[in-house]
Amino acid sequence: MSKFLTISVLTATAASGIRLAAPFLLASLGETMGQRSGVLNLGVEGVMLLGAFGSYYTVLQTGDLWLAAIVGVAIGLIMGLITAVVSVTLKAEQGISGIGVFLFGLGMSDLMYQKLVGTPRPVAQLPAVNIPFLADIPGFGKMLFRQSLLVYLAVLLVPALAFVLNRTTYGTKIKAVGENPAAADSLGVSVNRIRYSTVILGNALAGLAGATLAMELGIFQQNLTQGAGFIAVALVYFGAWRPWGVLAGSLLYGLVAAIVLQWKTLGIIPLSASDLAATAPAVITIFALVLVARRFRQPAALAKAYERGA
Amino acid sequence: MSSKSRGLARHDWGRLLLSWFAMPLAALAALLIGALMLWALGANPVTGYRALGEGAFGSVDALTNTAIKAVPLVLVGVGICIAFRANVLNIGGEGQLVMGGLASTATALAVPGVPRPLLIPLVLLAGVAGGAIWGAIPGALKAYFSVNEILSTIMLNIVAVQVMNYLLSGPLIDKKFSGFSAIPQTKRLAPNADLPILVSNTKLHAGIVVALLAAIVVYVLLWRTGLGFRLRAVGLSREASSYAGMPVKRTITLALTLSGAMAGLAGAVLVFGSASHRMVTDGTATGFTGSAGFNGIVAALFGGLHPLWTVLSSFIFGGLLVGGNAVQRAVQVPSSLIVALNGLVVVFVVSIEYVRRRNRNRPLSFGMPQPVQEPSGTPEEVEL
Amino acid sequence: MSRKVRITSVAAVLVAIVLIGAACSNKKTTTPSTSGASTPVEPFKVAIVAPSAPNDLAFTQSMVDAVNRLKDQYNLDIAVSDSLFVVEDAAAAIQDYASKGYDLVIAHGSQFGGSVQEIAADFPDVSFAWGTAGDTFGLPNVFAYQAASDQGGYVMGQMAAALSQSGVIGVVGPIEVGDAKLYVDGFKNGAVAEKSTVDVRVNYTGSFSDVALASEAAKSFVDAGADVMTGSAQMVVGAVGVAKENNIAWFGTQSNQTSLAPEVVVASQVYHWEVVLSQIIDAIKAGTLGGQTYNIDLANGGEVVEFNPDYALSDEVKAIGDAAVQGIKDGSITTGVSA
Repeated sequence: MSKFLTISVLTATAASGIRLAAPFLLASLGETMGQRSGVLNLGVEGVMLLGAFGSYYTVLQTGDLWLAAIVGVAIGLIMGLITAVVSVTLKAEQGISGIGVFLFGLGMSDLMYQKLVGTPRPVAQLPAVNIPFLADIPGFGKMLFRQSLLVYLAVLLVPALAFVLNRTTYGTKIKAVGENPAAADSLGVSVNRIRYSTVILGNALAGLAGATLAMELGIFQQNLTQGAGFIAVALVYFGAWRPWGVLAGSLLYGLVAAIVLQWKTLGIIPLSASDLAATAPAVITIFALVLVARRFRQPAALAKAYERGA
Repeated sequence: MSSKSRGLARHDWGRLLLSWFAMPLAALAALLIGALMLWALGANPVTGYRALGEGAFGSVDALTNTAIKAVPLVLVGVGICIAFRANVLNIGGEGQLVMGGLASTATALAVPGVPRPLLIPLVLLAGVAGGAIWGAIPGALKAYFSVNEILSTIMLNIVAVQVMNYLLSGPLIDKKFSGFSAIPQTKRLAPNADLPILVSNTKLHAGIVVALLAAIVVYVLLWRTGLGFRLRAVGLSREASSYAGMPVKRTITLALTLSGAMAGLAGAVLVFGSASHRMVTDGTATGFTGSAGFNGIVAALFGGLHPLWTVLSSFIFGGLLVGGNAVQRAVQVPSSLIVALNGLVVVFVVSIEYVRRRNRNRPLSFGMPQPVQEPSGTPEEVEL
Repeated sequence: MSRKVRITSVAAVLVAIVLIGAACSNKKTTTPSTSGASTPVEPFKVAIVAPSAPNDLAFTQSMVDAVNRLKDQYNLDIAVSDSLFVVEDAAAAIQDYASKGYDLVIAHGSQFGGSVQEIAADFPDVSFAWGTAGDTFGLPNVFAYQAASDQGGYVMGQMAAALSQSGVIGVVGPIEVGDAKLYVDGFKNGAVAEKSTVDVRVNYTGSFSDVALASEAAKSFVDAGADVMTGSAQMVVGAVGVAKENNIAWFGTQSNQTSLAPEVVVASQVYHWEVVLSQIIDAIKAGTLGGQTYNIDLANGGEVVEFNPDYALSDEVKAIGDAAVQGIKDGSITTGVSA
């Protein structure tokens, strides 16, 4: 344990935790927007996988990381549009349609990978960008300010989205549509348009989350996300549908995973306990939520399709 | 637009036909896109889909495989009927399946000598218990600590997989294989616990009977017992149920417990009806469950959250899954195509409900309870 | 009434598909083929049932490549069902291939053993090969095959310890079972034999397929000062990527991983399953359908330590590697991993 409690190891672990948390954070923020307006999207995992493959393939063919990120977002936008049509216009049952999108994304991403790429071909990974001055702060500098641009983007999105939700008219409309769409409708708010926008935005973030993961790893493989999309959905509840809460949840999850990894490397966790140790992020997340025991209500109209006059 | 106001419209045959055939048409549309994808991959779509039909329903063997594939879907599905109707979203089917499988396996390993008529119910009950516990935890967490069940069930899925890895590589491992080339699996479990084959020379095992019985039991539970009434009432309105004096927290806990119990039973059936008669892992939940935890949700929702219709929708969905594998073997396409195709079918079929709803002007929700609009809350109100 | 209608109509359409299919299809017989009387002209039908992708540069690829290498020699008719990590689905595939008259069904995954044991009994005329494992269940139509991956592991462990300047070596493993465990144990023993002070850190991530975890484990090794790494299973591409970014030497196993990172891959222990597969196919053609376990190891050429020609390996380290290979082949070195 003494080997762990050194500055260098602690900062490396924290940096690793933030890096692990970034894809969760992006996807979870996107899902938060959608859920706040009343749409449940269980297909985040599928969108993340498609975004991950798209961005990986872009880097493979062009070497352009910016373009790859844009491709990831674009794929998310397209999937968001499809999801919005299915969930908002066609008013399909959101639980099932989400699982359908998940299966489609899982299969399609792998299929395209098999056919277009085949053998694993690693590409350049996202470079870390050191923020001048701040990166040189001993300890904190290495931990916080030597991450990739997409990590910074993810973190900056938190106050941005919180601002949008709480201080703009658009945000108020989102919340109204999520709580009481009939009332919002009667006040002239276009329920469908708001939901379309949040779903499209949310899926764009999910696509970006997948792109972040793929670019951080520099590779794509079947089922690259390994359930990260579902964890992102779970973290929305942890965060009580508030961006800062989602940030807390993502960081908690990422940090615990990083600590477990580090302890395995240092031998603090013996090989025999390897499997059980891997449960730590999940268990601690549940415990944390129990302890905090907040009493926030979910958006009242969550997962219910809205039909005027119904 | 409302057809309510035009009585004659109800006999508009065009619309009626459309509404009858909407779902199969949607499935066909998805399959057509699949045909395009098959063709783009250089495979013959006709051969492929012939294999789908044959593999799913085209022979006694095929029907057996489909039925066996449907069994865990039915069991998980009827459990979902209980939970979702109580407005508790149980996404933890995978974990509950695993825990049920582990509990039943451990039981068989502990008491292999018990005579068959006792051992089979015993292991099945152990499966029920394992899954029930894994459902009770998130259930109690939701009822008493307001921990959202989607979060807790997803997290517990992760925990269950690692517990399985630990147990199957450690305490429960087949000693013959440990050490040198340790395979994470148990030894062949007591033959007395094998689910009996119903039709000789086939693989059709008693799991079918278990599934059908479970569906009937859940149907009776939901609509003919007091508990079922409370489950459905709580699903429609916690406020009203509480006001009526129902034990809401206990009911919510029970909803998830029962749902988990059904999934746990499915896990036990998977182990003791399996070809290998042992529990084995490849490190993932899906390797054991075949995603029955998620597919069961789809089956239940397509069955309108009604246990008896879930049986039929599970059979059909099972056919799609089994047939899909047959397509892969027949035209040698990557199995990921089949996964994508399954997803397409689900999305298309669930989307087409819109057409049907337009004809009946009633918001359709596959049976999901449409809770009474609660007054927008005060901060003290407990999370739903 | 509507739900009944809805579901009934779906069922009706599916039944229609079946009827059409049945009407057009030529009924396949389900009698298994008799093998053993095949002439070189008649194709030998081989099916591979594998748990991961066929080009994963790891476990599954090693077998698919091997079968393809034998294709012309034996006039093989090859079918592959990949990504069957759901054991019951794999069992259904194995059974299906057996019933369709394949001569040899290769169940490539230790988790499929139980299924093979049960299915093989129903198809006495079909030969089954199961790996990686050493048990044929006493059945006359089951072959078993395994790799002494600890041998190549030992060799590379020695080279790794000799190569490492920092004295810290990182190993990324999936779950501590089977082939991975053999390799890692052999690697550790080899490293320690070369330099007793070397610090070999092993991290079993808990998954065969989680690339992100493998990548983070590798990064934690980098932070710990490792300058040589190795690992097993298909998730290892994540670790290789990290090795590439940080210019850390990499030793691979199961397949030749040079293409993943030509700058840093030193050598790979490549499984040449065809060495034992050809023996198995010959045995089948001669009438023996099973009952034997085959090993690939350094001695019979089933395992080959393939060096990356583009990596500037010093002569001393290469000599150590060659000496280790020779030593294991002639028995003067034992890997210390109990059989």
